[in-house]
Amino acid sequence: MLKKLLSPQKRPPLTILPLLGWFTFFLIIPILIILLFSLMQKGAYGQIEFHLGFSNYVRAFEAIYLKILFRSLVLALYTTVLCLCLAYPIAYFMARSPQKQKPIWLALVIIPFWTNFVIRVYALKLVLGETGLINSLFIKLGLIHTPLQLLDNTFAVMLGMIYNYLPFMILPLYVALDKLDYTLLDAAYDLGANKFQMAVRVLFPLSLPGVITGSLFVFIPAFGEFVIPDLLGGSQSMYIGSLITETFLKSRDWPFGSALSSFLVGLAMFAFFFAHLKGEGDMKEVH
Amino acid sequence: MNTLVGIRTSRVLLFFFALFVLAFLYVPLVALGVKSLQGGPTLFYWFGKAFTNPDLMSSLHNSFLIGLGCTVLSTSIGTLAALGLRKNNFHGKILFESLLNLPLVLPEIVLGLAMLVWFVYLNITLGLISVIIAHTTFTISYVTLLVLARLKSLDPLLEEAAADLGATPLRAFLKVTLPLILPAVISGALLSFTLSFDDFLITFFTAGVGSDTLPVRIYSMMRFGISPEINAISTAVLLFTLVAVLAMFKLRKT
Repeated sequence: MLKKLLSPQKRPPLTILPLLGWFTFFLIIPILIILLFSLMQKGAYGQIEFHLGFSNYVRAFEAIYLKILFRSLVLALYTTVLCLCLAYPIAYFMARSPQKQKPIWLALVIIPFWTNFVIRVYALKLVLGETGLINSLFIKLGLIHTPLQLLDNTFAVMLGMIYNYLPFMILPLYVALDKLDYTLLDAAYDLGANKFQMAVRVLFPLSLPGVITGSLFVFIPAFGEFVIPDLLGGSQSMYIGSLITETFLKSRDWPFGSALSSFLVGLAMFAFFFAHLKGEGDMKEVH
Repeated sequence: MNTLVGIRTSRVLLFFFALFVLAFLYVPLVALGVKSLQGGPTLFYWFGKAFTNPDLMSSLHNSFLIGLGCTVLSTSIGTLAALGLRKNNFHGKILFESLLNLPLVLPEIVLGLAMLVWFVYLNITLGLISVIIAHTTFTISYVTLLVLARLKSLDPLLEEAAADLGATPLRAFLKVTLPLILPAVISGALLSFTLSFDDFLITFFTAGVGSDTLPVRIYSMMRFGISPEINAISTAVLLFTLVAVLAMFKLRKT
């Protein structure tokens, strides 16, 4: 058995060892610690006490936390669906552009994708502010007299989420739509399909790997997002990302924070395996 | 004939929709750029102010140091791993490949907090080193996947030819394989620098006092409101990104 394991053909190559070591020490162990901490208790002085149990998870299902969890879920779902609706037409347009124009469109989407996230949120805040572009434009046009309150509300959070995550949806969709065999659409047309049938029964199913990858790349980070609600939503409503951050940094309740984080880990794992089963449009092709 | 017209109109509609979406993405960025030039006695007044602000400059300095450290580490470890992964089949390959995808799917907030907890537990002072370690953890995968993709597209016969002509494995690697994968290694390095330079969340959790990077600094300044200096420094970073993206596109064509 051991001999077979160490047969030279199947022996793992030595050059992967540095990476394996790095990931063991700085990725696997830290995550296992979070999972372990989630089963422990916070002591009276903020120290960690070694009583294994599920009380942190039970606490996470208290009404106030469930409400936050639910609110985050709704926000992430809305973000994903709206991004998909906006991204699909543009990704399709890019994929069907003449070969020479494709790099230009691609660059136009990649530039905001690579622009610093904090800076983009800041730029959006500038536009939405009381003296921002939208308000000054509307006042100049005489549409309004007093500036609209566009910041510090759910609308601003939603807009910020879409603004930030849209490129994450466009790129995987484009990758999937770009390698699609469009003669299949012609075939469907020849067989008498109308436009709607072509889109829903041929195009969409064929692009499903891209839809799944894009949705994951939006949904997972959107669910744990705390910067956008923090900067654009004012102090109005709490989301799970902000709850976790506050639990760790302000109330210093690491075990409870770990339990909440475990939800996110679980969600990511679930999504990851789901994607492995269903999708193949890969982010590595995007970069 | 009729359908052709139909296809053209929908293409025009799609074009305007695409323009609308791009406008949505770009208007705030352009507005930021315009704003950065306003409000000072001279055009670039606030750029001068921002680039002499000691807080901003020390965070910019940190960003560069962290970016460099992370780039060196992730490019070397990632390239090595990619070379190993080229081997068709070995024990635990699938497991290793899933591991490689883990940093890409794990929510950043969890990665950041898990790192924070681990560093505190290990008694590692939160500073430049801790941020470099954290950044390297999520950038290695990108480098590995990029270099691996390039390696897979190489013709293995080239290296066999070098071996047949008497090159040692090391020499064949240095003279044949490395020059061929170099574009991917360089774009991997550029990518890890950009990812590190851009990162906010993981840095937010793993940076200590005095080791905050530019995005973290901008974030904390932003919470106190809008300032012309943030406009200027943000616009500068924006231009830097623009150049980086264009450089990547040039590289990819070679």
